[in-house]
Amino acid sequence: MRIRRFDPKSGEAAYWDEHEVDLDGRQSVLDAILKIRDDVDGSVGIRCSCQQAICGSCGVRMNGKPGLACNTHLDEAAARKHGTGWNDSENGGTTPAGVIEVEPMGNMPVIRDLIVDMDAVHWTKIQRVTPYLINKEPVPEREYIVPHENMVDVTQTMACIQCGACVSDCLSMEIDPLFVGPAALAKAYRFVGDPRDAEHHERLLDLSEDEHGIYDCTHCFNCIDACPKGVDPMSQIMRLRRRAGSDEKIVDRNNGHRHEDAFVTLVRDYGLLNEAELLPRSYGGNSWFGKFHPAAGKELLSSISTVITGVMRGKMSPKIALFGHKLPKSDLNSLKQIYETVEGRDERIELNLYVSGYEDDPEPTPQSDTGPADKSPTFPGPGEESQSASSESETS
Amino acid sequence: MKVAYWPGCVSRGFTPELHGSMAKVAPLLDLELVELDRAACCGAGVIAEHNQELADTLNARTFALAQQTDGELMMNICSTCQGAQSECQQRLDANSEYREQINGNLAEEGLSYEKGLTNKNLLWLLVEEIGLDNLKAKVRRPLTDLKVGPFYGCYIVRPVERLGVDEEHPRDRYMHMVIEALGGTVIDYAGVYKCCGFPIITMNKQASLAMAGRHLGDAIDADADCLVVPCPLCHLNLDLQQPQAAKQVGRDLGLPVLHLPQMLGLALGLSPKELGMGKHVVKPTSVIDWSASVVAGATV
Repeated sequence: MRIRRFDPKSGEAAYWDEHEVDLDGRQSVLDAILKIRDDVDGSVGIRCSCQQAICGSCGVRMNGKPGLACNTHLDEAAARKHGTGWNDSENGGTTPAGVIEVEPMGNMPVIRDLIVDMDAVHWTKIQRVTPYLINKEPVPEREYIVPHENMVDVTQTMACIQCGACVSDCLSMEIDPLFVGPAALAKAYRFVGDPRDAEHHERLLDLSEDEHGIYDCTHCFNCIDACPKGVDPMSQIMRLRRRAGSDEKIVDRNNGHRHEDAFVTLVRDYGLLNEAELLPRSYGGNSWFGKFHPAAGKELLSSISTVITGVMRGKMSPKIALFGHKLPKSDLNSLKQIYETVEGRDERIELNLYVSGYEDDPEPTPQSDTGPADKSPTFPGPGEESQSASSESETS
Repeated sequence: MKVAYWPGCVSRGFTPELHGSMAKVAPLLDLELVELDRAACCGAGVIAEHNQELADTLNARTFALAQQTDGELMMNICSTCQGAQSECQQRLDANSEYREQINGNLAEEGLSYEKGLTNKNLLWLLVEEIGLDNLKAKVRRPLTDLKVGPFYGCYIVRPVERLGVDEEHPRDRYMHMVIEALGGTVIDYAGVYKCCGFPIITMNKQASLAMAGRHLGDAIDADADCLVVPCPLCHLNLDLQQPQAAKQVGRDLGLPVLHLPQMLGLALGLSPKELGMGKHVVKPTSVIDWSASVVAGATV
């Protein structure tokens, strides 16, 4: 095992500390770190407590991937290579077989060795989203009864143990450290999805208008792979966008909602994405006239050199640049029909696999009225009561 | 092999050289493409963000159209399509009740998606269906001395479970494997699995361009001659926007970015011109001396 050692107070550079560890492959990475600390070098810095994947203290990077040291088997960690997936020494995996490199999490300053400063980044961002319930008035005299489906809706975000693994590898935060980030935005959905909260609109307005808010997520999926609890922070960010744009009709100054609106409309009208129209509409508003809006003019002017180069190189034919491409008429009619049906519903239909789980049976199950198999992580959840196609719960 | 072929939108819009080079490369790989010319945009995650049912219906329609062809499977040439479609397919395949509901939206057209479609990006198809040995045997002009940085992006490698990246299918190494099979040299650099920044270009342009600029710079510092991408949206940010990205990160860049079929085409004997490389903003021909690197190893 190679451990990344660093003490910022020492003034010396970080270095790798290598130890042979003889443990069963089914023991955890944390077991190995603690064994090294106990038997060899008591100065190894690691933060840990419960050793049962509940307290969220021992977040580290293991062979390049973030996670909890206490619930990652040595076998599994050794099989990972730097990057995203599996070690394959024959095809250039970068870590020698059997070696596990343990590093502190990313995007946060190192206090010592494997301990990062969660206060400086993670907890500051959590504070940023007002992480507590703001009661609706008047507060009921007795308990507040919340509909079951509303609580099911937010269970996934409640599974978060604040370990910071998603923050560690967030690619937006890597470039824009001010990005509110996956953990805090998932926390924000915890309250936006709670019918007892009085400030859904204010919360959404705040996070839409913040240029480092919900529209700063770049869809890289790193947080989904990083999370040891299946919270899918990125999916929660997308739900915040859906609430902000479609429900609260917030047109933010970051072009987030306009971009989404323009995208959806262009696919309805053309069947295919019409890139030449998407850009001006994202800036200026969702119609053919969008490009004449002053905001669009300014942006387009700044992009003009890109567009000219593109046309000069023959990347965009003038026809494509001006009119885009379209599906045949009969298909466009079908799309229009689909849009009318789906967008005409009173309530959106949404399937959350975290709640519904997966059906194991590959055969079509005729009129099965039993709930789908629940493969989701343990949480005080809906169990067999869950609606397989649960409708997005309304927060009233 | 006959496949139902989904080119996506951008390969026929702002990166026409991608669709064009795929058409040229297909016969050399013994691929027969049945183009899905009635299918709609995959939604790129944006439509799903607006309305999940809408995105799932549009993609179920595409899958149903693919199942109507006599192709053995469906193939795409865009990571973003792969990622967005895999996400929808995961929901459709997971729950029969939900699938029936979505199919109900297609009933008027007489279409229906049956669980279990195989939808593979060209990269996966190369390794898993055509096979690297077979591919090697087809090489007419090895990419000798060409140092290629693979740029996977996001949608084709994450989340690993949904995209079937596992020990048996190390799909996050396939581009490395293909580059080597074609005789090129793989350059590892910090940006191999990072985000090109394209999804936030209209929302946070500075951050978006900084992402592209940083990865291009890292690849240059690692001595790459070019990058190769399986996604036309990455290509837009890394090539079309490269001059802007250079300004954003305050350094000279000038690194050519090839689409996967273009790199294949070069090794299979096609000329840079046939592969539409003149259409790039950073023209590969202006940076790479093909006569010294690639053509030097020509066996034709």
